[in-house]
Amino acid sequence: MKVLVCISNVPDTTTKVKFTDNNTKFDANGVQWVINPWDELALTRALELKDNAASGVKSVTVVHVGLATAEPTIRKALAIGADDAIRVNLEPSDAYQVAAQIAEVVKTEQYDVVLCGIESSDFNGSTVGSMIAEFLQYPSVSAVSGLSFENGQAVITREIDGGKESVSVPTPFVAVVQKGIAKEPRIAAMRGIMQARTKPIKVVEPVPVDALTEVVSFEPPQPRAKCVFVDADNPAQLVELLQNEAKVI
Amino acid sequence: MSVLVFTENWDGKFKKLSFELVSYASKVAEMLGTTATALSIGNVANDELTKLGGYGAKKIINLKNDALSILDSQAYTAAIAEIAQKEDAKVIVVANNNMGKSIAPRLSVRLKAAIGSGVSKLPVSTEPFVVYKRVYSGNAFANVVLKSEIKILTLMQNSFDLAETTNEATIEEGSVSIDGAMVKTQVNDVQKQTGKLLLTDAEIVVSGGRGMKSADNWAPLLELADLLGGATACSRPVSDEGWRPHEEHTGQTGKIVAPNLYFAIGISGATQHLAGVSASKYIVAINTDKDAPIFEAAQYGIVGDAAKVLPKLIEAVKEAKAK
Repeated sequence: MKVLVCISNVPDTTTKVKFTDNNTKFDANGVQWVINPWDELALTRALELKDNAASGVKSVTVVHVGLATAEPTIRKALAIGADDAIRVNLEPSDAYQVAAQIAEVVKTEQYDVVLCGIESSDFNGSTVGSMIAEFLQYPSVSAVSGLSFENGQAVITREIDGGKESVSVPTPFVAVVQKGIAKEPRIAAMRGIMQARTKPIKVVEPVPVDALTEVVSFEPPQPRAKCVFVDADNPAQLVELLQNEAKVI
Repeated sequence: MSVLVFTENWDGKFKKLSFELVSYASKVAEMLGTTATALSIGNVANDELTKLGGYGAKKIINLKNDALSILDSQAYTAAIAEIAQKEDAKVIVVANNNMGKSIAPRLSVRLKAAIGSGVSKLPVSTEPFVVYKRVYSGNAFANVVLKSEIKILTLMQNSFDLAETTNEATIEEGSVSIDGAMVKTQVNDVQKQTGKLLLTDAEIVVSGGRGMKSADNWAPLLELADLLGGATACSRPVSDEGWRPHEEHTGQTGKIVAPNLYFAIGISGATQHLAGVSASKYIVAINTDKDAPIFEAAQYGIVGDAAKVLPKLIEAVKEAKAK
């Protein structure tokens, strides 16, 4: 079985988010770029499955839609253990465009399982994975917190409101994964970092697909009022404030 | 033209989220000079369906189809798309929850409809159609133009005020041309917590962090949540340590919540935690470190040891309740 993991290149989660060009562009100055945290978990799970011969997973490829500037992030995925990588050479404007490109890659390379993180920490859309599935008319399962294979059949745990379901879908399928899919993201070892240098990154040119959305401007979050401190010995005052000022209890 | 809102049900009942969705869709419809139609899928009794009218839906489509008895993203997408086309829906509203996230992106591709995901406010304008949405995990917001003819909006839970009206809706039986052969998902097992308030539904959340020091110290948090009719949550290190179940983890990679009141107890307030809770209307922080970043996000704070503060706080809540 061939597994494809979609990775997004995002600012490190501790980045101080700033904008330039009259608040229309993200200020990438001094920003540390990383694999989107959920995608990193997806990659980790894919590699765990490959490590277990019984799963039937033979190869793990990562795909990224973006410019050559994202190659350090792709190399990191290869260092963690992906066999090879594909980069679609396009600076995408929205999720629809990204999904259309990845769907094209899947059509050409024929993967059995496509894994995506449930959202990216930059645009927080939660859309790309299920969009890919619709482009390909593949089944998709979202909010996936567990994935394994038993006798060639996928066994998927998905989160539902207030619980979990164990479901199966036939391959090929798209699984949109969230917390729980792997315990901790796998870290690249020195050997992996050395090997990653010679692993192939195939660059493909994009297919023409227009974006459906466009960001016109960014805004910082509304500043919150300054914290009102209450004496630790007098929580009754806090209760009073919550009742009469905030009116939330 | 219409605005179509998909209202999920839970064992035949709606909950506050359903009414938030209908309230939101009705207001969007007003902006567009049209009306909102609610789509319910599954077995929901008429007296329950009628409730949706009370939040502004003019028409309710009651769709029962065996192929939709379990969530199969392809079958649901096909069904909702078919109804949307019949109703000439220009805007489709769904919840930004697990169900919504599995359907909305597929609908987007099927209908070539731009998606504004995780909105919490009404559109900024309708010509052009601009939505305001959370980006960079809550560290910024963006104004996004949706350029397609049909638009899909996914609404964050607990973020839009209910708008009750005296409106009465008509109920129609819906039908779609899908059948069981389309369903590829097979459900093997379901595990549900019953009778417990869901974290994402809770209007008050009492959350503990590493500052609670041990799983054994959780009793006062549970008591406080219980007293206030809220749910308990925790920060990532707590669920990683196994002090509390993973379902309770709020934060960037856990659950994103937006309650009216969020107690952050022994939580320092790392960016990743705030990303999941910053949409709360009020945050109360209790922490021994007066310089902890959580106090920058909080409206009310107590500098002190949770073990000492919580018993007093619980007493104070009890006294206030007794009055």
